[in-house]
Amino acid sequence: MLGEKRLADIAQRVLREANAEQAEVMITSNDSYLTRFATNTIHQNVAESDATVRVRVISDHRTGVATGNDLGEQGLKKLIATAERIASFQERVPDLAPMPTPRPAKSASAHIEATARCTPMDRALGVEKILAPSRAHGLEAAGAFATEEQEIYIANSHGVAAYHRGTVASILTVIMGEDSSGYAADASIDVTRIDPAAVGKTAIDKAIAGRHPTAIEPGEYTVILEEEAVADMLFFLGYMGMGALAMQEGRSFMCGRLGQRVTGEKITIWDDGLDPRGLPLPFDFEGTPKQKVVLIDKGIAQNVVYDSATAAKEPGKTSTGHSLPAPNTQGPLPINLFMEPGRVTKEEMLASTERGIWVTRFHYTNILHPVKTLITGMTRDGTFLIEKGKVARPLKNLRFTQSILEALASVEAIGSRLKVVKDDWNALGTTVPALKIRDFRFTGTTA
Amino acid sequence: MRELTDRALEVARAKGARYADIRIVRRETQILETKNGVVETLSLGDGYGFGVRVIADGAWGFASSSRVDKAEIDRVAALAVSIAKASAISKNVDVDLGPPEVHVGSYQTPVEKDPFGISLETKIDYLLRADKEARAVPGVRVVEGTLGFQRETKTFASTEGSYIEQTLVESGAGNVVMAVSEGEMQQRSYPNSFGRHQGTGGYEFIETWDLPGNARRIAEEAVALVSAPQCPSGVKTILLDGPQLGLQIHESCGHPIELDRVYGTEAAFAGTSFLTPEKYRSFRYGSDLVNIVSDAVTPGGLGTYGYDDEGVPAQRTDIVKKGQFVGYLTSRETAQQLRKLHPDAPERSNGAMRADGWNRTPIIRMNNVSLLPGEWTFEDLIADTDDGIYMVTNKSWSIDDKRLNFQFGTELAYEIKHGKLGQMLKNATYTGMTPQFWAGCDAICSDKHWHVWGTPNCGKGQPGQVAHTGHGAAPARFRNVQVGVMKS
Repeated sequence: MLGEKRLADIAQRVLREANAEQAEVMITSNDSYLTRFATNTIHQNVAESDATVRVRVISDHRTGVATGNDLGEQGLKKLIATAERIASFQERVPDLAPMPTPRPAKSASAHIEATARCTPMDRALGVEKILAPSRAHGLEAAGAFATEEQEIYIANSHGVAAYHRGTVASILTVIMGEDSSGYAADASIDVTRIDPAAVGKTAIDKAIAGRHPTAIEPGEYTVILEEEAVADMLFFLGYMGMGALAMQEGRSFMCGRLGQRVTGEKITIWDDGLDPRGLPLPFDFEGTPKQKVVLIDKGIAQNVVYDSATAAKEPGKTSTGHSLPAPNTQGPLPINLFMEPGRVTKEEMLASTERGIWVTRFHYTNILHPVKTLITGMTRDGTFLIEKGKVARPLKNLRFTQSILEALASVEAIGSRLKVVKDDWNALGTTVPALKIRDFRFTGTTA
Repeated sequence: MRELTDRALEVARAKGARYADIRIVRRETQILETKNGVVETLSLGDGYGFGVRVIADGAWGFASSSRVDKAEIDRVAALAVSIAKASAISKNVDVDLGPPEVHVGSYQTPVEKDPFGISLETKIDYLLRADKEARAVPGVRVVEGTLGFQRETKTFASTEGSYIEQTLVESGAGNVVMAVSEGEMQQRSYPNSFGRHQGTGGYEFIETWDLPGNARRIAEEAVALVSAPQCPSGVKTILLDGPQLGLQIHESCGHPIELDRVYGTEAAFAGTSFLTPEKYRSFRYGSDLVNIVSDAVTPGGLGTYGYDDEGVPAQRTDIVKKGQFVGYLTSRETAQQLRKLHPDAPERSNGAMRADGWNRTPIIRMNNVSLLPGEWTFEDLIADTDDGIYMVTNKSWSIDDKRLNFQFGTELAYEIKHGKLGQMLKNATYTGMTPQFWAGCDAICSDKHWHVWGTPNCGKGQPGQVAHTGHGAAPARFRNVQVGVMKS
């Protein structure tokens, strides 16, 4: 890791040497470790140390961007020259939004020394707490235990200067039997709050309970979705329609519906990059502080999130701090989503269900129709039939084809516990409760 | 470069590694994106670093860094060994790589026009001409265009004596047009969806695909789709175009033949495979017409290279022959695992290990996994179909963790009635189980219609790796397929 002072020095050097009217520099640095296991053994164990710098310049309403990972003096000079050369080739864009100016910012406490200091042997010993009981039960464990320390520094020639450092620890496992599997996972900024043995036990119990699954006819069923499945739905909802550009282009389900009911009244969804219950990131990729934005309040569509470019297109709007690295064609996105918890436990949801299906998580979910919020995917690693308030038998995996908004309009109960579900591809988390939903649509099954 | 690679291998050996390799990789990228007449993205990327992979105490370790100097090479090589020793506390058996692979050589993608030597003005003009053509069509809301170029220069060296230098060059292009009305959004892409179609080669690839010349057509199709009828549901005969069939091959054949996945190493993330080892050479995958190969040598394919990232020479291998499943994509380690059950299986890897840059360890990836062409002309195939649906360009995809139950949606479809293409249909989807689906394949178009379609966005592994893969395909016909699950 390079530290705030070194990153600030690099950033200021870039800003000093850039000739453009406006310049922005984003530097990310990370030390990442991941211990991967399968068939009850560690089969991949990797470490990465990287730092990348991204320079954006604007001159005469023309933008240029260049990225690289050479932080030496010559490397930075080359990067600046490349960005400025690219800008000179651009078409002039008269309504190009300027880079943001400084705003009061809050910091987010997200760095834990224990996570940063976690060693390969620490992770291997943690993994062994899953592997040993898996072997003892005649099962096979697969999964990954990762720890990461990262920092980001964003500065621009208007005076923005934002630094954040954080840690993330995450563990997940799939325990496999002859014809069954069970999944469990946990994530936190603090590795000491992760209990590999408990994660392993949950997955082992599911793999054992899932033995000898049978098929069930596709159709509409009441479901209890565990947090991983809910997070999957919420991620897609945010991606498809909770950003201002999707609204402005008419491809969002929110179009023409702000102030109207879009889900059941039990549902409240917001984005908050400062909430320590998630995986915090206090500013966006333009260095603008993140605001808490309520997207759906008691079922009523309230807001979408903005970056500088989309805010400039609507009178009275300012960026809410949700830019991706600018410029981009996707527009702003909510990447720290939360759903308001309810009052029941998953066990109480189970006890109240006459007949339904318990879903541990989804697999390979994808969008069929963004405006209708229609998605499809499979269940995976723990699908069970519920009868008379109890788990009756394990089921073979099912394919669902379901509108997310229709599902959220049919929520019967919301879990009392929030769980942060880490994205597989980055250090972002979606923080959600479990949900009980009626009339969830399954359209196929495995043989 | 030799000085650095020798140093890494020496340090690893001195720290206790019985095998080590190092890759030093520079990846240069150039991305141009236009949207509604404006150049939204014009960015250059340049990433450089190295990764050291070792076996110590019988287990794997890997470490990498973006600082390429002697001190960092010493640190990272030693770290890789210490990681391997930590891995060893849980090992079942020592890693067995089989016979040594000793190759000294080089490979360079054949390039007619260096894409990094073509001016930015030329590239921007190309995209904006396509953009203008598409936006001239009333009803179009959004037009996006993309050009992408990559040059990867990598050096591989191993303690077995290999020293390989490669330069791989890729070029890609794509357009997408969206039309929107109340509650409805439809899109058309060309030449392929999800960003762009890509291959190994130079700027000549871009010129071949002629985005400006096809923009108006796809814009008109997108607008027409908004008011087109919903594709009907039912068990039907379907024809798939090359790009959609390419993705079908990718998901339902390419992934399940990855032998690391078969042995469970992706179980917690991407999943496993229904093509378990006992099915090797004894399982009917599809109809007699189905011949699929793993091919890293076809010129222009996005999965074409000289050597894989274990230093194994690129090659072509049968995967499905006359419908019978006969081969996997292998690594050095998994090739030995397969021979424990099938002693007659090849002793050596077929060269499918690739890493997403310097900071990732190699895993088994598809190269060009391709369905070999048949003998039909497309016109004859339509004329021979009494009642069916022709589906064009992928819009959505989903498949279970064993790669059996799939569902695909396409951007565009046409009814086929009495041997003729009929009305346009929207929101077409089809679903099925992999072996049954391929058993229903009863006609494949000829090499005149065959092309290697590039998929530059294949995700696998933890930490995540994105691979660039190719899939040769010509339009083909499938019987008894469940079409449609969407409500209209």
